[in-house]
Amino acid sequence: MTASLTTAASTTAAATSLQKRQPHWPRKIGRALLILVAVSFLAVFLVLPLSVVFVEAFRQGMHAYLSSIKQPEALSAIRLTLLVAVIAVPLNVVFGVAAAWAMARFEFRGKALLGAFIDLPFSISPVISGLVYVLLFGAQGWFGPWLDAHNVKIIFAVPGLVLATIFITLPFVARELIPLMQAQGSDEEEAARVLGAGGWQMFFRVTLPNIRWALLYGVLLSNARAMGEFGAVSVVSGHIRGLTTTMPLEVEMRYNEYDYVGAFAIASLLALLALLTLAIKTLLEWHYGDEIAAHAPGGH
Amino acid sequence: MRRRILPGFGLSLGYALAYLGLIVLLPLAALAWKASGIGLHGLIRLLSSPRTFAALKLSFVGATFAAVVNAVVGLLVAWVLVRYRFPGRRFLDALVDLPFALPTAVAGIALTALYAPNGWLGQWLVPHGIQIAYAPPGVILAMVFVGFPFVVRTLQPVLESLDRDVEEAAESLGASHLQTFFRVILPMLFPTLLTGFALALARAVGEYGSVIFIAGNIPMRSEIAPLLIVEKLEEFNYAGAAALGMVMLIASFVLLIIISLLQRWSRRWAEQTR
Repeated sequence: MTASLTTAASTTAAATSLQKRQPHWPRKIGRALLILVAVSFLAVFLVLPLSVVFVEAFRQGMHAYLSSIKQPEALSAIRLTLLVAVIAVPLNVVFGVAAAWAMARFEFRGKALLGAFIDLPFSISPVISGLVYVLLFGAQGWFGPWLDAHNVKIIFAVPGLVLATIFITLPFVARELIPLMQAQGSDEEEAARVLGAGGWQMFFRVTLPNIRWALLYGVLLSNARAMGEFGAVSVVSGHIRGLTTTMPLEVEMRYNEYDYVGAFAIASLLALLALLTLAIKTLLEWHYGDEIAAHAPGGH
Repeated sequence: MRRRILPGFGLSLGYALAYLGLIVLLPLAALAWKASGIGLHGLIRLLSSPRTFAALKLSFVGATFAAVVNAVVGLLVAWVLVRYRFPGRRFLDALVDLPFALPTAVAGIALTALYAPNGWLGQWLVPHGIQIAYAPPGVILAMVFVGFPFVVRTLQPVLESLDRDVEEAAESLGASHLQTFFRVILPMLFPTLLTGFALALARAVGEYGSVIFIAGNIPMRSEIAPLLIVEKLEEFNYAGAAALGMVMLIASFVLLIIISLLQRWSRRWAEQTR
């Protein structure tokens, strides 16, 4: 260190550049300390809760784990969770694309207000998101008596679960697409039109390929939320085993029955889903960061 | 105005408005309608119930506390992730989003398994008088967990694009590292920090799934307002549930408006000091 300093000190410029590259030791210690604090916080706060799920799930061994997942009510909870997501996510994809097309390609009065309304479900408690549907379709709700007379069940039935999930996940796709499409501009689409492309032709050949990765990103996030939603579906579900319990609700019911291995077994499946979501999300950000604009490094 | 060359304005806007109206606005109108049903007298009676008041206080004060913790820790984590290079950095960076991806019920039972009196950490903490689960600190812990990614994710892009020249200028003029951080960097980050704070706060106020497991839900002590809404619904007290929901909605919007005013003021202040 001293030797290299004396040789470099021949010119002052070289000396300053060397000092810059090698921060003196108090700064190095401060840096190491900050990294240590941040890493330990993340380890205790994020890694530990994640590990506890898997450890508790396998507490009584592989056999107990598998048999608690293979129980009929667990399987029906898995099927219901998939069903709800398969309905809710595509509907929100269509809405997200339509809203993004209108907002990123045209000027109209009330656009900011529309944007605020789209974001609304993010700032509302999940419990309230479920509550509003009970007030509409529940026994004492606006449409309750009419639905009852026509023998249609929405609350404490699958349609209620789907509606609450749609409400909760409504903003994801639109939020992902609007800033990206605004940043991309409409030159390519206008060119396609001038060259004679029809509306849908332009959409499928130009627009959709340009937004595909951002769309996938939005689908990924909405799907994770749709399958994992608890508060909103809990309010509209009625907790009827085998009929209206999604996986998160099955976790709650088993936990409240002191079936901890069973609860953590289902929870471990949901945790795996979360890890898979994070992995795909991270890969998308690394490979297509520019095409998911809002999340590109420094891409704001 | 230029003639529209792009098609589908009417279709896309019409569809988006109809969908939004049916899914979001009509149900919210039902909420406002039902809530107004209890009248002013009913509202006063609702809010003067000590149990309701305690629950609202825990939800809002606890969420504010959790958002403050998130602002401080989030700033530290964002700083370390953006400024320093160390092994495992990209893995930790990806992991920051875990609370977004992990279903809240899973987070709730996992945190309880850690901090309950017989839990992994609880068995060491409780004998020392540190009770987290089944008490207000547990509620706040769960709220910190669900709000954690917001501050980090809002700060990261701004930290990355921060002009280093200003820092170097401050240091070459003799400012210490701490001085540079508190006098130069923090004022520039403050408006963004407030955005993250507001997002974390809004999320924590309404949080239900992760909180109810660890809270123990003791009335007057560790019961949150969303749980009280659920309880009113289970008693078929629709008007009471709707009114409490409306109170929560209005209170959080007022809070968010105050934060955005604070933000505007701090941005102006940051520009003046430059």
